[in-house]
Amino acid sequence: MLSSISSTTAAIQFTPALGMFLAFVALTLVITYFSARKATGSASYFAAGRSIKGWQNGLAVAGDYMSAASFLGISGMIAFKGYDGFMYSVGFLVAYLTVLLLVAEPLRNAGKYTMADLLAYRMSPRPVRAMASLSTLMVSIIYMIAQMVGAGGIIKELIHVEFAPAVIGVGALMLVYVVFGGMLATTWVQIIKALLLMGGAFALSWMVLSKHGYSMSTFFDSVSHATYAGTAPAKNLLDPGLKYGAAVNPWGPLDFISLALGLVLGTAGLPHILVRFYTVPDAKTARVSVAWAIGVIGVFYILTTFFGFGAATVLQKAAILTADGKENTNMVAPILAKALGGELFFAFISAVAFATILAVVAGLTMSASTSFAHDFYTNVIKHGAEAKPGQEVRVARITAFFVGAIAIAIAIFMGPTANAAFLVGLAFAVAASANLPVILFSVFWKRFNTAGAVAGLGTGLASAVILILLSPNGIFGKTGAIFPLENPGIVSIPLGFLGAWLGTILSKPDPNSEAKFAELNFRAQTGLGSEKAGSGH
Amino acid sequence: MANPTQPDWQALAKLPAFHELLAAKRRFIVPATIFFLVYYMALPVLIGYFPDLMKKPLVGKVNGAYLFAFSQFLMTFVMAAFYMRTARKWDAMEHALLSSIESKNA
Repeated sequence: MLSSISSTTAAIQFTPALGMFLAFVALTLVITYFSARKATGSASYFAAGRSIKGWQNGLAVAGDYMSAASFLGISGMIAFKGYDGFMYSVGFLVAYLTVLLLVAEPLRNAGKYTMADLLAYRMSPRPVRAMASLSTLMVSIIYMIAQMVGAGGIIKELIHVEFAPAVIGVGALMLVYVVFGGMLATTWVQIIKALLLMGGAFALSWMVLSKHGYSMSTFFDSVSHATYAGTAPAKNLLDPGLKYGAAVNPWGPLDFISLALGLVLGTAGLPHILVRFYTVPDAKTARVSVAWAIGVIGVFYILTTFFGFGAATVLQKAAILTADGKENTNMVAPILAKALGGELFFAFISAVAFATILAVVAGLTMSASTSFAHDFYTNVIKHGAEAKPGQEVRVARITAFFVGAIAIAIAIFMGPTANAAFLVGLAFAVAASANLPVILFSVFWKRFNTAGAVAGLGTGLASAVILILLSPNGIFGKTGAIFPLENPGIVSIPLGFLGAWLGTILSKPDPNSEAKFAELNFRAQTGLGSEKAGSGH
Repeated sequence: MANPTQPDWQALAKLPAFHELLAAKRRFIVPATIFFLVYYMALPVLIGYFPDLMKKPLVGKVNGAYLFAFSQFLMTFVMAAFYMRTARKWDAMEHALLSSIESKNA
C-alpha cells in the first residue's frame, strides 16, 4: 500500500482542479481551527452549543443531505436509466415532509444529543440505547460507504491517484474536522458546501440549457430521443420503466414502489439528519430549518433534470464509460462539466463534488461517534454517569477513527463502480425500517414500552440487512437471489412497525413508560424543560 | 430553567389548554400526512402498473410521468408553506399555555 501511494504521489500534477480542491480544504481547516478553540464541553462538541440559527441549520441540513448520492449518483442513474433515476430526486425531497410534520419538533423538544435520547426517555435506557446505537452505526456506515465510493472516483479523476489511497485521503481529512472541530466545524463545512453545490448545480444546468438554445421544449425534445450523441439507438429517457419496468423485470414495479417507500420514510430515521435538530435553540428554529432545507433541496433536485438528462443529450457514450467499458455512473456530472465548460469548470464541479462528500462524511462520522459515545459508552457501559468530565467527547473522537476506518475498508473492497445513489437507497431502507417506527411510536403511542422498542429496532434492522444480503445485489448474486427485490423497504418497513407493535402488546404494560408518556408528550409538544442554548455540559 | 423542581407532568398533561393544542395539531397533521403519502405513493404505483398511461406526451414531449413527478416538488413546497403558517397558531397556543403555568407557579 505504501509503495503504491508514493508511486502515485509522484504522478500528481498541479491542475486547476487540484488548486480549487486545496483552497476548499484550506478554508475548512481554518474553520475547524476556530471551532476547536470555541468548543469546550459536551453540548458544545456534540450540538454546537445549540447556537445555530434557523437558516444556517437549514443550509447545513441541506449540506448534510445532498450527498454524493444526490449529486453524482442521481445524475448517473438518470443518464443511464432515464426517468426511473428521477424517482430518487422526488423521494429524497418529499421525505422532508415526514421530517417536518412528524419528527423535527418533538425530537428537538425532548432530546439532547441523539435519537436514543428520545427513546430512553420512557424506556429502560440500557437495552434501548444499545440497540439504537447499533442501528445508528449500521445506517451511518452504509451511508458512508456510498460517499467514500463516490469520493474515490472523484479524487482519482481530479489528481490521478488510485482509488484506494484516494478513499483513505478523504477519510483522513474528514477525521480532522470531526475529531478537532466537532459539530460546529462540521456545520460550517456543510453550509459552505451547500452554497458551493447550489452554485455548481445552477451553472451546470444553465450550460446544458444553453446547448439547447435556452429552450425547454428543445431540451425535452432531444431528451426524448437521446442517443448519447449518435452512438446508440435512440431511447426515450423520459419514459418510465428503463430500470424498474415490468418489461425489464417482472418484479420491477414492486421494486420501484419499495424504493419509493424507503426513500420517503427513511430520511426521518437518518441519524445524521436527526442530530442536526439538536444544534438549534428550540423547536421553532428546528421547524424553520426544515423549511429552509426543503427550499434549497427542492430546487437542487429539480435541477437534476438538467444535468441528469443533459448528460444523455450532450455526451458521447464513450465519454461516460470507464476504461474497461463499464457504466461510469458516479462520474457523469463532472464529465458533463468538462464537456460543457472545459478544464476549469470540470475543476470547479469536481471540487464541489469533493466538498459534498467531505461534508456528508463528516456529518455521518459525527452522528455515529456521538451515538456510540453518548448512548453506548456513557449510558450503557458507565450506567449514565461520565467517568471523568470530557470522557464522553474523548470516546467520541476515538470512535470516529474506527467508524472511518471500517467505512474506508468496505468502500475499497466494493470498488469504484458501485452506484452511490443505490447504496444510499439501502441506508434509507434500513433507517426507515429500524429507526422510524420506534421514533413515531415513542412520541405518539402511550402503551409503547421497552420490549416494543427493542423488538422494533431489532426486527427492522435485521430484516432490512438480511433482505439486502439475499437480494440480487447480495451474497448470492443476480441468479441465486432468494429475495427478488433490490430494495427491501416494502417488506422490512412493515416488519419494523410490526415488531415494535408485537413486542409491546405481547409484553406486560409498563406503568413507568405510560406515566412518563405524559411527561414526554407534554415536553415534546410544548418544549417545556427542553435544553436551551448554552446550558448543559 | 425556569422551574428547578420537577413539574407535575401528569397534572400538566390533563390541562384543557394542552388538549386543545394537541387536538389542533392533530387536525392538521393527520390529514396532511395521509394526503402527502397517498399523493407521493400514487407516483410509483401509476408508473409501475399503468406505464402506457404515464408515457403519453402531454406538453410537447413531456409526458404524464415527468409532470406528475414535477408536481410532487410543488406539492412539497405548498404543504411545507401551509405547515409553517398553521404552526404559527400552535406557537401562540403553546405560549399562552406555558405562561399560564408559569404565572400559577410564581
